[in-house]
Amino acid sequence: MSAAETDDIDAVPARRPARWHIAVFLAPAFLVYTAVMILPLIETLRLSFFNVVAGQMQFVGLSNFQTLFGDPRLSADFWNALRNNVIFFIIHMLVQNPIGIALAAMLSIPKLRFAAFYRSAIFVPTLLSFVIVGFIWKLILSPIWGIAPWLMDLVGMKWAFAPWLGKPETALVTVSLISVWQYVGIPMMLIYAALLNIPDEVLEAAECDGITGWSQFWKIKLPLILPSIGIISVLTFVGNFNAFDLIYTVQGALGGPNGATDILGTLLYRTFFGFQNQMGDRSMGATIATVMFLIILAGVSLYLFVIQRRMRRYQF
Amino acid sequence: MTRLMKGMLLATTMLAPAGLAQAQETQLVIESWRNDDLPIWQEKIIPAFEAKNPNIKVTFAPMAPTEYNSAVNAKLDAGTAGDLITCRPFDLSLAMFEKGQLAPLNDLKGIENFTDVGKSAWTTDDGKTTFCVPMASVIHGFIYNKKAFEEVGVEVPKTEEEFFAVLDKFKENGTYIPLAMGTKDQWEAATMGYYNIGPNYWKGEDGRKALIAGTEKLTDPQWVEPYATLAKWKPYLGDGFEAQTYPDSQNLFTLGRAAIYPAGSWEIAPFKSQADFEMGAFPPPVKKAGDTCYISDHNDIGIGLNAKSANADAAKTFLSWVASPEFAELYANAAPGFFSLNSTPVKMEDKLAQEFVSWRENCKTTIRPSAAIVGRGQPNLDLEMWRVSANVINGSETPEQAGAETQKGLDSWYKPAK
Repeated sequence: MSAAETDDIDAVPARRPARWHIAVFLAPAFLVYTAVMILPLIETLRLSFFNVVAGQMQFVGLSNFQTLFGDPRLSADFWNALRNNVIFFIIHMLVQNPIGIALAAMLSIPKLRFAAFYRSAIFVPTLLSFVIVGFIWKLILSPIWGIAPWLMDLVGMKWAFAPWLGKPETALVTVSLISVWQYVGIPMMLIYAALLNIPDEVLEAAECDGITGWSQFWKIKLPLILPSIGIISVLTFVGNFNAFDLIYTVQGALGGPNGATDILGTLLYRTFFGFQNQMGDRSMGATIATVMFLIILAGVSLYLFVIQRRMRRYQF
Repeated sequence: MTRLMKGMLLATTMLAPAGLAQAQETQLVIESWRNDDLPIWQEKIIPAFEAKNPNIKVTFAPMAPTEYNSAVNAKLDAGTAGDLITCRPFDLSLAMFEKGQLAPLNDLKGIENFTDVGKSAWTTDDGKTTFCVPMASVIHGFIYNKKAFEEVGVEVPKTEEEFFAVLDKFKENGTYIPLAMGTKDQWEAATMGYYNIGPNYWKGEDGRKALIAGTEKLTDPQWVEPYATLAKWKPYLGDGFEAQTYPDSQNLFTLGRAAIYPAGSWEIAPFKSQADFEMGAFPPPVKKAGDTCYISDHNDIGIGLNAKSANADAAKTFLSWVASPEFAELYANAAPGFFSLNSTPVKMEDKLAQEFVSWRENCKTTIRPSAAIVGRGQPNLDLEMWRVSANVINGSETPEQAGAETQKGLDSWYKPAK
């Protein structure tokens, strides 16, 4: 017995005692995360394969998905929501992220005065509750009490004002821009941090080679912050396809007018919980949630396995 | 593992309130969507009940109307709902009863105070079981600013032609927005618009029953014409009505900036407390002078017993009191515009409320067409009518398209009994 022990010790001389503390310290987070995130997710995925048949919950295979994509109304609602969601995402990618990068680039100019003030001021909306943001913008843009028509009148632009949130053609763009206004601080901060991380030697070397100003941004800084831009794109993608709150506070659960701002989140809410006289349908809600999960999973996988691997990283 | 975890999660949420309820007196919680009425319940109704039943404490817990059904259904499923559930009329509450979430109230003391018509909204299709105590109905019509009418020198319109003539006068005059209504929240367009003026076209109950029987369709002229009339409202609405919400409309009217407000009688109490001008009301104008008028007198609100309530006895005491003439009088006067369904006549002090109720003498009454039987399926007819009514006013859909779309949705699940 004791001989075996010594043998073991001889064989593995560096064997350390079992590190129980790792498990102990991980346990609370693991348990809480499992209880509030992983179990509900698995339950949701499971629920999408079940439906009430003759008053009983039964396994129905893929028939919920068949209904979602086969039923003319439900599928029309779904595709409408998906299309709106894609537009919502594109507007964020085209407006929010470039502006965020531009702001970060300007903030990182060493001689800029009041940089700290600008940085905080631009970031503050991100900290505000979406309820407040939604309410404020609804008031600003209100054709009756809003400050927007009055301000536009001051500069003689009253003719250009329209009840943007109420028109099917403009509502989605307006809500997207409100969201951009709220969240532009996040890409700005991330890019700002990435820009600050670029060592001065690199920039000085560039200057020695005669690369300054704009070409310095395009040729030196931008390639170095590309990984951060990638992360931001993924965050935007996930955030946009999970979005619900702002649309709900500004346009209501119906995503009006006439479904023009209905995105996957609001469609899920209405289907799962019901709205006004429409009864909630958990199985169909879970089915939509599953499809949303798959869309996000596909997007993130595309980034992780295709784009991120091809991205060049620089070590300083 | 999952079961254990679920058990733990459940136990912590369920047992926590249970521990608190150990006190001497019984606590009752009322779930409701009438958040506008919170002060009325807290200051008038509940004290009156508690004075008689000192060992029962009642809490009124309202939430936003559009979220009520989803929230209360989720609470009922999870077993965390209050003891007393405010009942929406017809199909929604019926669904709750069929799931065994509402207790039958046939043998409740006081339920005999209601006629079959009063109970119809909360009785099973076979007419045998009643599951909510009827509280009130609401009547649709138009509330107007008397001062504005005098200033511009117009009379209360009786026919549709006169109605539009009045609107034209207001538009010419320019001081007032002729009609205070917006389409942003969508439901205003249907509830205050289509359901309000429609009964004159589809002849109230005749049309509604024919729709259920399948002998009339939503594409028939009597169902499409009200949309056409709604579309004609567009030029008389305020600037930017597309983005005007329900509270915006209410404020425009009570601040005296609008002349006419397409209304439901539930507005009376809040309007009285906010507006400083005199208000009058008129029923939806008929097409030709002398036509029979029809009004929407919709059984709107009842109250039922959560079948899983731990305090069923105390809750029944409360429900019996709600069914009593005493409550009827208290409620009808505390919340003018909610008209009692009790068969004992109720004396109402409020002039405006009296005006609304007086229409019952001359006009035939009906309920909202999407509420009973045809409101049961997917897509929900009520929500569809919200959407198309708003579209028609916005001009993004023609009345014919609106009719065709709603009928198509109805056809997809509803087969009238032959």
